[in-house]
Amino acid sequence: MLRELRPALILAVSLTVITGLAYPLAMTGFAGAVFPDQAHGSLVVRDGVVVGAANVGQAFTSDRYFRGRPSATTGADPADASKTVPSPYNAANSMGSNLGPTSKALSERIAADVEALRRENPGVPVPVDLVTASASGLDPHISPAAALFQVPRVATARGLPEHRVRAIVEATVEEPLFGVFGEPRVNVLALNLALDQAASGAAAR
Amino acid sequence: MTLIGWIQILTFCVIITALVPTLGWYMTRVFNNEWTPLSPVLRPIEIALYRMGGVDERREQDWLTYTIAMLLFHVAGFALLYGLLRLQGVLPFNPQEMGAVAPDLAFNTAASFLTNTNWQNYGGESTLSYLSQMAGLTVQNFVSAATGIAIAVALIRGFARASARSVGNFWVDLVRTTLYVLLPICIVGTVALIALGVPQNLDPYVEATTLEGAKQVIAQGPVASQMMIKHLGTNGGGFFNTNASHPFESPSTYTNLIHMVSIFAIGAALTNVFGRMVGDQRQGWAIYAAMGVLFLAGVTIVYWAEAAGTGILDGLGVSGGNMEGKEVRFGLAMTALFAVVTTAASCGAVNAMHDSLTPLGGLIPLFNMQLGEIIIGGVGAGLYGMLLFVVIAIFVAGLMVGRTPEYVGKKIEAREVKMAMLAILCLPLSILGFTAFAVAIPSAVASMGNAGPHGFSEVLYAYSSQTANNGSAFGGLTGNTMFYNITGGLAMLIGRFLVIVPAMAIAGSLAAKKTVPKSSGTFPTTGGLFIGLLVGVILIVGGLTFFPALALGPIVEQLAMRAGELF
Repeated sequence: MLRELRPALILAVSLTVITGLAYPLAMTGFAGAVFPDQAHGSLVVRDGVVVGAANVGQAFTSDRYFRGRPSATTGADPADASKTVPSPYNAANSMGSNLGPTSKALSERIAADVEALRRENPGVPVPVDLVTASASGLDPHISPAAALFQVPRVATARGLPEHRVRAIVEATVEEPLFGVFGEPRVNVLALNLALDQAASGAAAR
Repeated sequence: MTLIGWIQILTFCVIITALVPTLGWYMTRVFNNEWTPLSPVLRPIEIALYRMGGVDERREQDWLTYTIAMLLFHVAGFALLYGLLRLQGVLPFNPQEMGAVAPDLAFNTAASFLTNTNWQNYGGESTLSYLSQMAGLTVQNFVSAATGIAIAVALIRGFARASARSVGNFWVDLVRTTLYVLLPICIVGTVALIALGVPQNLDPYVEATTLEGAKQVIAQGPVASQMMIKHLGTNGGGFFNTNASHPFESPSTYTNLIHMVSIFAIGAALTNVFGRMVGDQRQGWAIYAAMGVLFLAGVTIVYWAEAAGTGILDGLGVSGGNMEGKEVRFGLAMTALFAVVTTAASCGAVNAMHDSLTPLGGLIPLFNMQLGEIIIGGVGAGLYGMLLFVVIAIFVAGLMVGRTPEYVGKKIEAREVKMAMLAILCLPLSILGFTAFAVAIPSAVASMGNAGPHGFSEVLYAYSSQTANNGSAFGGLTGNTMFYNITGGLAMLIGRFLVIVPAMAIAGSLAAKKTVPKSSGTFPTTGGLFIGLLVGVILIVGGLTFFPALALGPIVEQLAMRAGELF
């Protein structure tokens, strides 16, 4: 047994050096040199300011912006750091709702969201992704149906014709590869950036 | 369910099946200590490691020495990881200034990664420094995977060898698996993941100003390098709290596919390694076929259940399936597939919150784990777990016809059957025992995140996952308490080592046996009859053992949901 003790200790340490330091650090160096944008989180910069990460959803509450999916992330209570309060799209603390299919709390939350959406856009079926919380709480996407559902509200808030806003949505839809691999989806941050750009372009004219 | 969904699922199956013989060929060469195309680069490192460790690579070990070497390595690994977690606050690579991990959480996390479970009572981005993630978790991701593979290879050698005293050298198997199999695939995969948008940096968290002017802190880190090994090694412990559903762990459908293929690749190919080493590849394909039947049945049920939606959504007239706890970019089909892949293999990474799956959609992952994750299974662990079931199935077949059972030329006798039963029985003992214990303790019941039968499912899932070394969770359960950290840690150690030791004992006793020539009375183990028998034995053993517990959880919940009852 003692004969096996030396390799146990030496290999535990040397494999730590190889797989725990050399491998991740070499990959980090490589990533920074060859894929600097992705390596640092695909950050989106507008007018010199980091406005978010391309793949990470962010909270939108204004009527002027398209909204993402419900997010169950929490953050520390500003009044009392030992408690947590809802803090949607907290990208330093990913979290799902973890509510099960027979949960009363889930039922009440979805019912309230459905009612609000039906008031906003009566007669149009409510897309399921607009009333269900994402797994990470940071889902950057919504379905094309969920984006189109919000067109009337955004168009009214911005004073733009609906067909203009709808055209911007349709230009932002990402289709599955070969029509098969992946899901049709809309990146909410990209859509809202395109919307802001179209608005500032219109103002400039 | 849609046609496009099924095309994606079947594409995945084709990719895996194509990898089986290719990777199987390569790994067989690695385990037989033969030359491989990577030898010119890796052989010098390998020799240097043996020299430092005082390992004579030509000296083989008997099964007991092999097992002891493995256990000693784990003691050393446990000490390193536990120490690192406790000391992370004063060590480098800690831009967020994370403090020391609490003792019970450090114990649970160390047990979790050592046993290839990767149960997450910690929240990656809110608890761990980059050094802990790299030199702690990533390392155990590699070596616990290599250990599982080594044990499987030792057991295969038991079947393949005749009148032999030894089953290989643990140090050689550990080093060669890490260097020749895991590391090269990880390097290639990490590059692909980075190119597809998975971050890899040591930056402090980024503070963004959102379009609406709010502040958003975005977690960063060396994510890609850990993603790759966490899936390839069927470890599953996330860099972030929400694991592979986090858009940084898996930003697109392509990264999702890379993750799923990585989870199954080695486990599936090991069936081919088995076939090659016992001299008949059809033996490996028969086992792969039995796994495939159970796998496709599971995927069909989960996909159907999730697409059918929930009672709550039906009641409000919202169609489109159960999207609670799922991500839009993966959709229903790829989420259902991932849920079955991760629990069929002992991975435990998730791309959706399993707690929010429909009752039947959650039942399949639970059942997969309770079977001991033998459908592909954890790297190595899946194959040795499946071979234990093969021993039982062959024994049952032998009883039916009144002959001493044989498998790939080895007589299966009382000792092997006893050891296989011992290993298989430790699962229900730990899963059902700890679950019963927990639901009898008020403070443990208070940890449940959901009420009603779903709350019970959360606890059952926790111990199924930890005993089976899976690591996925019904995350509503508050697992980071003294009670769950300690009992869960024990369940993980039981589920790992009380299966490995009997499996190694079987390896030793089989290796010592002579090979018996095939005769007209030999039960053929490459055809449909054997595959059917094996699937039947697995379902009967698993079903009889766990049906009562499942009836109290997901089954009653399904009935309640359809009756419109809420809790």
